[in-house]
Amino acid sequence: MIDRPGPAYRRAVRDALGFPSIMLCASMMAFGSLAQQSGFSLGMSLSLTAGIWGLPGQVAMVEFHAAGATALFVILASSLANARFMPMAVSFLPLIRDGVRHHGWMFVLVQMLSLNSWAAGQRTFPEIAASVRAHYYVVFGILCMLAGLVGTAVGYFGVGNIGRPAALGLLFLNPLFFAVMIAGTRIRPAMTAIVLGVPLGPVFHFVSDDWGLLAAGVTGGTLAFWMHRKSGASA
Amino acid sequence: MSESAMLWGLVIASILATYLWRFLGTLFARRIDPDGAIFQWVTCVSYCMLAGLISRMVLVPVGNLVEVPLWVRLAGVLAGLAVFFAAGRIMLVSVASGLAVFVGLAAALNV
Repeated sequence: MIDRPGPAYRRAVRDALGFPSIMLCASMMAFGSLAQQSGFSLGMSLSLTAGIWGLPGQVAMVEFHAAGATALFVILASSLANARFMPMAVSFLPLIRDGVRHHGWMFVLVQMLSLNSWAAGQRTFPEIAASVRAHYYVVFGILCMLAGLVGTAVGYFGVGNIGRPAALGLLFLNPLFFAVMIAGTRIRPAMTAIVLGVPLGPVFHFVSDDWGLLAAGVTGGTLAFWMHRKSGASA
Repeated sequence: MSESAMLWGLVIASILATYLWRFLGTLFARRIDPDGAIFQWVTCVSYCMLAGLISRMVLVPVGNLVEVPLWVRLAGVLAGLAVFFAAGRIMLVSVASGLAVFVGLAAALNV
């Protein structure tokens, strides 16, 4: 059990510098190149990476703008593509709050929350005392964001000539990595929620590409929670 | 207003509109007991949304991935998952295998 800041920082560096930062660098390269092709400046592209900090919303923003959608639609589409940050914050911040003296800091810290840091927390927090989880999260989050910014800049300045299969592979890396990462979950209600989410995500997407994902999450998540409660109560 | 200023406006508005979700989540999180039922429920909702998002990215992608046939995308993910469960849950090997299958098939088909 890690219960002092030093080891928590070291663990965060070790966890972040491996796969998550390589992954973020690669997927943000795809975003940087997309943003450049769509007429955004480097400053705008970097701002979008750090400011939105969620690939689906970033891609939606840039693609809908490039397709000539109205401003309101672009803003709504990119925001809704990352609506998951609300449940993710609710299911993450209570785990780190023992190490955060003023609740106001949470409004800053929440900006670094991403699928990577959320999943890293789910996996690592059982081994880290509640008082130093915030330390782990801050270092992990900063390293991830730096990797993402580097990737954005590299992509912006040209991965155009890496060849088409490799460019497609870069785009594919993102869902592939997350699929493998989430498949490693061993918590039972979460596993049920994942199994339900796989069909519900695409199905609800056809009903509404704005609200679909949110609706799929609430439907499948509630079902998984309820099934687990019921079996827990009867056991 | 110049085109660049308008685009900056759009960038900032999109960032704020995304932060709204984080802001609301942070507000709600304050009252949540991590050992309580509501926390468990929201965790289930998060997992389900993430799984739904990943499956949508593979099955119904936006952008250039549309040009890759569905079976190639599926083959890549299934290869990655198969290696993950068969070879001791090692992320690097699993993702590299899935990627190799995907890129290999995409190159072979000349997509």
